[in-house]
Amino acid sequence: MSDFGTGVTITLGALVREFRARGGRAGVGEVIAAHRALSYVDCASREDTRLALRTVLCSSRPELDWFEAAFLAVFGAPGQREQPLRELGEIEREVLPRVAVPDLDQSSVAVGEMAVPAAWSSVELLREKDFAHYSEEERLLARELIARLAQRGPTRRSRRTRPDRRRSHAPDLRRTVRASLRTGGEPLHRFWRGPTVRPRQLVLVCDVSGSMAPYARMLLQYLHASVVARRRVEAFAFGTRLTRITAELAGRDPDRALERATAAVLDMAGGTRIGSSLAELNRVHGRRVGRGSVVVILSDGWDRGDPALLSAEMARLRRTAYRLVWLNPLAAGPAYEPLTRGMRAAVPHTDRLLPGDSLASLEELAAILEEM
Amino acid sequence: MSFSSIGSAEAAREALASQGYLADRPLSLAVHLALALAQPLLLEGEAGVGKTEVARALAAATGARLIRVQCHEGIDVHHALYDWDYSRQLLALRAAEGGIDEGELFSRRFLLRRPLLDALEAGADDPVVVLIDEVDRADEEFEAFLLELLSDFQVTIPELGTIAAAVPPAVVLTSNRTRELHDALKRRCLYHWIEYPDPEREREIVRVRVPGVPEAVAARVVEAVGRLRGESDLYKLPGVGETIVWARALLALDDRVPLGETLGAVLKVHEDLVRVRERGVLEGV
Repeated sequence: MSDFGTGVTITLGALVREFRARGGRAGVGEVIAAHRALSYVDCASREDTRLALRTVLCSSRPELDWFEAAFLAVFGAPGQREQPLRELGEIEREVLPRVAVPDLDQSSVAVGEMAVPAAWSSVELLREKDFAHYSEEERLLARELIARLAQRGPTRRSRRTRPDRRRSHAPDLRRTVRASLRTGGEPLHRFWRGPTVRPRQLVLVCDVSGSMAPYARMLLQYLHASVVARRRVEAFAFGTRLTRITAELAGRDPDRALERATAAVLDMAGGTRIGSSLAELNRVHGRRVGRGSVVVILSDGWDRGDPALLSAEMARLRRTAYRLVWLNPLAAGPAYEPLTRGMRAAVPHTDRLLPGDSLASLEELAAILEEM
Repeated sequence: MSFSSIGSAEAAREALASQGYLADRPLSLAVHLALALAQPLLLEGEAGVGKTEVARALAAATGARLIRVQCHEGIDVHHALYDWDYSRQLLALRAAEGGIDEGELFSRRFLLRRPLLDALEAGADDPVVVLIDEVDRADEEFEAFLLELLSDFQVTIPELGTIAAAVPPAVVLTSNRTRELHDALKRRCLYHWIEYPDPEREREIVRVRVPGVPEAVAARVVEAVGRLRGESDLYKLPGVGETIVWARALLALDDRVPLGETLGAVLKVHEDLVRVRERGVLEGV
């Protein structure tokens, strides 16, 4: 290793910086491994150097792309010294559509004019209130309650066992043998093991199209709280296409998480194609959704796409998932009938159809998830 | 051939090829580096691209013993590393009428060796390739245990003490990405994503894996599989494994049998079958 010049170290440093700037995770360990790896390949070969560094520095598929971009930025395109791609990247960034978080209702933040109710009763009042009519204060007030609701979710029995006082599942031979040492080899005291309970995979798919705008903010808040509170949660957002936002939502600060998520969703507050979005969920993310997960779709069912496609994809999702729940803000009205084309196609394939317009309905969702 | 004789990506490619596994350059290089740096190799990729086969071929080519741990939900240390033979311990206790001390009871006499312990205790003259298959099926606790094992190739059994590998074994992990693995585990490993092979390589793979296959059949199957992979709305795309099975199926049947009749060898989802038939995807192949 010592025969390497400082030139390599500097270039490698530049590469790692570029890689990290794009989101790659490379620690000191990886950098040292990269140095070692270079000593095993022919550094005169651009291709071998690239492959070796890629193998060492990357640890997931998205990182492969970031690495390629970083490599190009540092070493330039093959056979030329200039670096047009760096500029291209910036031009692209300029051209990319910007999306915004749905409007904050700035007018209602005028705190002084409103009578501020005591905390307990204000939360009580909020329970039934339609998300669409929330003021900014009420959003903040609801945040804590949502975080608490998000801790409740589906569970399943694991194949792992743990010591259990009841004579239930299987004998705990390890502890029985240990105890019989004290009783002259006679297994007088017997011990048992019982099954443990694990969080069941939860997949939340939130509609962020134009018609859902009044609700999307609070529902995304629920998605964020779930991702933070529980293990094995996957979050997706869709309008005309599907975006995985699990990674964006991770992180304690809800405002920054929502900002990251809305930046990642390129078709916020636009049209709706539920069928093709679910098709993508079934295909690209089929393994994550997997067997045994509870899938919750949060959407008003206004669909511009083909109802036959929606029906087929819902059927597929129902077959691969453990339970399929649809949360519809419009379903809160007492006279609600699933009459839109989209809902008519989807409802026969859901296990439960719930309203999704208020804290009370999220409470109902939490209770149902817990029973699953 | 041994691990040390794989001193370059080319040597790795040749070693794998000697077992009928045709690796492309990025994969050969990843294998070479994994051996050179004595770091585990994490392989991901679509189903049926030959992730598990890499370990098999590597073991066979180097004359190493393949030790396979198939991960499943609920797998723990006592499935993968060691357990105590409790029934024999109880019998011994009763036979001795309590005149047996704890040290003797928890000695190697009553130790049940599981695959990973075998791998750690293999001597320098007995090289092993450890295959930890479908690691994404195991839970977080098992992943944490693997992390400990893979960082310095030693484990501690409370009753026996620390057991360290004399030589670090070659380790291959595969994941189907049903969930994301923990960052810490990934960072211990070298990472490689196996792509579908290009048509030329895939034809070569068919020729190698299905001896005696006529060139026309290989070309036909690879062309057909290529078209299926082009249908992006299928639920399950065929992997290389399916290509090989399909070639075998055609070989067993009459040469000019319509491909549509044997689709069941490659497509296992009803909707996919219907879609491909309706659209005439395979027409003229």
